[in-house]
Amino acid sequence: MANKIPRVPVREQDPVARASNFEEVCYGYNVEEAKLEASRCINCKKPRCVEQCPVNVKIPDFIMEVANGNFEAASRIIAEDSLLPSVCGRVCPQESQCEGSCILGIKGEPVAIGKLERFVGDWGRENNVDLSEVAPSNGHKVAVIGSGPAGLACAADLAKMGYEVKIFEALHKPGGVLEYGIPEFRLPKNDVVAKEIDNVRKLGVEIETDVVVGRTVTVDDLLDNEGYDAVFIGSGAGLPRFMGIPGENLNGVVSANEFLTRANLMKAFDQEYDTPIYVGKSVAVVGGGNVAMDAVRTAKRLGAESFIIYRRSEKELPARVEEVHHAKEEGIIFKMLTNPTEVLGDENGWVKGLRCVQMELGEPDASGRRSPQVIPGSEFDIECDVVIMALGTSPNPLISSTTEGLDTNRWGCLVAEDATGATTREGIFAGGDAVTGAATVILAMGAGRASAKAIDEYVKSRK
Amino acid sequence: MFEILKKQELAQNIILMNVKAPRVAKSAKPGQFVIVKVGDKGERIPLTISDYNAEEGWVTIVTQIVGSSTEKICALNEGDSFSAFVGPLGHPSEFVYDNIEELRSKNILFIAGGVGTAPVYPQVKWLHEQGAHADVIIGAKSKDLLILTDEMKAVAENLYIATDDGSVGFKGLVTNLMKDLIDNQGKKYDVVVAIGPMIMMKFVALATKEYGIKTIVSLNSLMVDGTGMCGACRVSVGGKTYFTCVDGPEFDAHEVDFDEAMRRQGMYKTIESRKEKMEQEKAAGHACKIGLDK
Repeated sequence: MANKIPRVPVREQDPVARASNFEEVCYGYNVEEAKLEASRCINCKKPRCVEQCPVNVKIPDFIMEVANGNFEAASRIIAEDSLLPSVCGRVCPQESQCEGSCILGIKGEPVAIGKLERFVGDWGRENNVDLSEVAPSNGHKVAVIGSGPAGLACAADLAKMGYEVKIFEALHKPGGVLEYGIPEFRLPKNDVVAKEIDNVRKLGVEIETDVVVGRTVTVDDLLDNEGYDAVFIGSGAGLPRFMGIPGENLNGVVSANEFLTRANLMKAFDQEYDTPIYVGKSVAVVGGGNVAMDAVRTAKRLGAESFIIYRRSEKELPARVEEVHHAKEEGIIFKMLTNPTEVLGDENGWVKGLRCVQMELGEPDASGRRSPQVIPGSEFDIECDVVIMALGTSPNPLISSTTEGLDTNRWGCLVAEDATGATTREGIFAGGDAVTGAATVILAMGAGRASAKAIDEYVKSRK
Repeated sequence: MFEILKKQELAQNIILMNVKAPRVAKSAKPGQFVIVKVGDKGERIPLTISDYNAEEGWVTIVTQIVGSSTEKICALNEGDSFSAFVGPLGHPSEFVYDNIEELRSKNILFIAGGVGTAPVYPQVKWLHEQGAHADVIIGAKSKDLLILTDEMKAVAENLYIATDDGSVGFKGLVTNLMKDLIDNQGKKYDVVVAIGPMIMMKFVALATKEYGIKTIVSLNSLMVDGTGMCGACRVSVGGKTYFTCVDGPEFDAHEVDFDEAMRRQGMYKTIESRKEKMEQEKAAGHACKIGLDK
């Protein structure tokens, strides 16, 4: 009985040691562990995991190959649907997708699909499996804006179909949120992100960095003057939100985007790099999502006492359970049911603390979540040197404001059809956070793939 | 890559470079800026565009050495390349969108402080090309630190110079020279555009407010990405928070909270100087024994 084997635990770096370095937390499976874990999969006839995967990776098929030790075959099966297995195996919320629907999870523990995907991705990379097979050129050109998960997935699929694809990236390095947002200790940049992007390049996709679409060129330039048949916008949700409370412009208040960009993209944690970063002695991170966890764990690694300030209770934390667990292991302090009302500054305009109120959960609101309410007279101050606002992000208006006829909704998100990503302008498609607002890597990839299919149909229909 | 086609020392520690960047050159307008980066490990540094040539595909930047990153920029030579050179960022100057006839009837005064002369130049040049006129005041500590005076003379209606030490032109601050022009020389201005050190812009704003002259300043806030992603460049204008990179860099001078803006510019000063000191010590053979370099 294969399913009597308990889920194979994954080895992790010791919490005390890792709280002061930027090395990866999770070591992943070795060959024996991967084969053993893979043997737990019962290869369902109607695999629910595949349905739950936004890019529909043929999960049982690749897992069967892993169980038999055919790692190259496994890596080819995944590559049919995703060129970022090492990334997704590390950062996908498997517990609410593939693993969340695994039959074994009903009575016991689901198959560790994420860790197996990661194993296959890493094995394929380390063993130089060539995944660069593409259809012959069809003579059509597509421009992709943004080299994050949505853009990469869209570009890869189009390249496989024979399109000439060029990705335009605003920053100096490709990867989008994989590069500037997610920290090294969760997603290594040189070994994982850069290599998987190389696999997209090997399909013939060209990436031009330092192009801010809306400023350096416009979408209309691309369509009218540079000969692209269609454009896919995967520009993400890069605009940070602030609370709008007094003291937010004091020195020492930063957005999570700024803090993480300094640490990740600019490698400010490494003294060899020129970009500075400031944590002081203690850091308060306001927010409870994955980005808040990334910011607070980064601050801890830079030597500051670091805590999370969240207005609801622990149960409502939107971050992945694994991230919260890792943060706690590393000594992050969680101040729940706490809401800041003012950032306090010293006489020189530097942060010295945070004025907060205590909250309690009221009756569930329309969304079913119990809304937090202020407990009267509960005001108190917390001392800290830095406040990081991790309150979510909205799409950047640079593209929508410079492209006529491209509609946005009241949150600034591009209006696009769910199934195809078709926007309100012919020939322009969009997907990922630019459409949905901040979501996950894998949802963005799913949207990129859907648009690739729709772009192919659109271009063919024009012939 | 973004190759340096020409390098020229304009004054001590002030370097002009023409950089090959065809896309930026094609889209650039007066008032916009670029972000440059040196090597793999360099910072992203915002610099205002000082000139551009769309046909030849280059953009001019002028850098003053004020710290280790600007020193790295200025250490590059002709034939070397920037690892990143992205732009044009921010909004062009407001007048670019004005009715040309109206613009020609306006009296505009530009006040350029020090290296701020570089970003003033393309604005005055653009106006000159449209047949509009602008007077220009260039201020510097002394004669040796004046830059681009010949270039400016060619495009400005009248060029006035002020130096702190009186080594050339008016002796004293640009604000005093401006007051002299208005009070004693019968000059009338509809708009003042001031670009230079934050402290200069603050005092120009205070002075022009007394005269009731609309005034525009270009802010050089700290930035990381320059595309609206990080918010490091937050500035209070009229009591509201804006991002200099995407909402600016030019703002209504009478609404800008200059004290906050100056304070925010100093956010990383201590860290940078500590880092620099540590690098100097390391270079001199000193290794930190208590792990401060980690």
